[in-house]
Amino acid sequence: MVKSRDEIYTTVGSPLLSDQIVKISCRNVNVYYGDKLAINKVSVDIAEKEVTAFIGPSGCGKSTFLRCLNRMNDTIRSCRMEGEIIIDSEDIFDRHVDPVLLRARVGMVFQKPNPFPKSIYENVAYGPRIHGLAKNRAELDEIVITSLQKAGLFEEVKDLLDHHGTGLSGGQQQRLCIARAISVQPEIILMDEPCSALDPIATAKIEELIEELRQNYTIIIVTHSMQQAARVSQRTAFFHLGNLIEVDDTNKVFVNPEHELTQDYITGRYG
Amino acid sequence: MRASEQLTATEEKAGGIMLRRQELEKIKDMLIKMAALVEKAIHDSVNSLVERDDELAKKVIEGDLTINTYDVGIEEDCIRALARTQPMAIDLRFITTAMKITTDLERIGDNAVNICERALELNREPALKPYIDIPRMKNIAGGMVRDAINAFVNQDRKLATDVIMRDDEVDDLNESVHKELTFIISQDPSTASRAIKITYISKYLERIADHATNIAEMVVYMVEGKVIRHIDPEALKD
Repeated sequence: MVKSRDEIYTTVGSPLLSDQIVKISCRNVNVYYGDKLAINKVSVDIAEKEVTAFIGPSGCGKSTFLRCLNRMNDTIRSCRMEGEIIIDSEDIFDRHVDPVLLRARVGMVFQKPNPFPKSIYENVAYGPRIHGLAKNRAELDEIVITSLQKAGLFEEVKDLLDHHGTGLSGGQQQRLCIARAISVQPEIILMDEPCSALDPIATAKIEELIEELRQNYTIIIVTHSMQQAARVSQRTAFFHLGNLIEVDDTNKVFVNPEHELTQDYITGRYG
Repeated sequence: MRASEQLTATEEKAGGIMLRRQELEKIKDMLIKMAALVEKAIHDSVNSLVERDDELAKKVIEGDLTINTYDVGIEEDCIRALARTQPMAIDLRFITTAMKITTDLERIGDNAVNICERALELNREPALKPYIDIPRMKNIAGGMVRDAINAFVNQDRKLATDVIMRDDEVDDLNESVHKELTFIISQDPSTASRAIKITYISKYLERIADHATNIAEMVVYMVEGKVIRHIDPEALKD
């Protein structure tokens, strides 16, 4: 039976399975834009090497919360955060944490593919170079090729590495951005509606890629497509008005959600 | 997302939801109509036996075609709704449940036809004995079908559980009919052919109650998301 709207409480969701490793642990996270509370006491554990989907109506806070996880909100002047986000055993808001290094560990892929106006090679090589991940050109070549391979793009661009990244199709550009994120050896990849600008074939390729990437990376995806969340994720978190309403096994959320609000949203009764 | 894109997405979604609402209402409506036909078939089949009414039996047999048409139609509607509206949660459980219910209703229709076929055979011979338990079984089984469908329509878990509980009454009556007829055959072997046919009819009614029980179990799944098939009915009592 679904829980009624009155029974909504802030939750860490049903616990992860005993063999799962908690990669990200969030406790009582509040986010304010100026005086406005955008995220209200969100507590949730994200499992390692699994895809977690964040769903919810526009303005529910899912993207804001996603952007907390690699401190992207630091760049927004009016944005303020409280609470605790622990990745492995490190509080990412500790003053010793360098947000630039954090963002190498926690990569991000955006809604619109945003390759640099540089060659395909340079798009991927840029990160490893500034982070000093390659000692010489041969090592850099190796990183570029491996990253493009992992992003499922290498075969399509291997003869075009000196061509502009912006000349690729939308789906290829998005995979280039994924290759760019992978190139700095992240542990976590955040994806903010990575397919909303893509056609169904390009979307299917990215979804297949997500399935492959989760062998090695912890992935969190924000999506407006419930079908996509159902297809790609193992766990789903539903946000509403800045509250985390429900987080559970994806099979459970889409077949028999715990909360009436979740059910109303995923059956399209509102949202 | 730009405002114009967002507007389009909202409009599309609104259209999709309206489509799904319409599809679900249509499926519900068709199932209610199909169930009414099936319930009438159960009553008419046993009445054709009790009242030795060949015409009524033939009408039930012919009417099964309509029931079969509903079965196919509802299944097609469900498949189309799945393909076009990608339902989730209660909507998804509603559609998958409707698909299974229609199969059970269709089988009940077949059982009513089987009863009529035996009735037509029995009506050509002298009556073996007055029918007492068979009409009783018909009333219980018919009521179970009606309540199972009402439970589906109203998402009424309590009524569904009640239907499941009633299955034992029909099972007990079937057993007592079986015993009685075995005794009659042992007393006068010339009654065997007729007695066996009546045993069949009792068995068909027992099957009808089983199908109604299946429907009720699926309703519990639809309402709660829990599969309760193959569980001791006693455990269902709240």
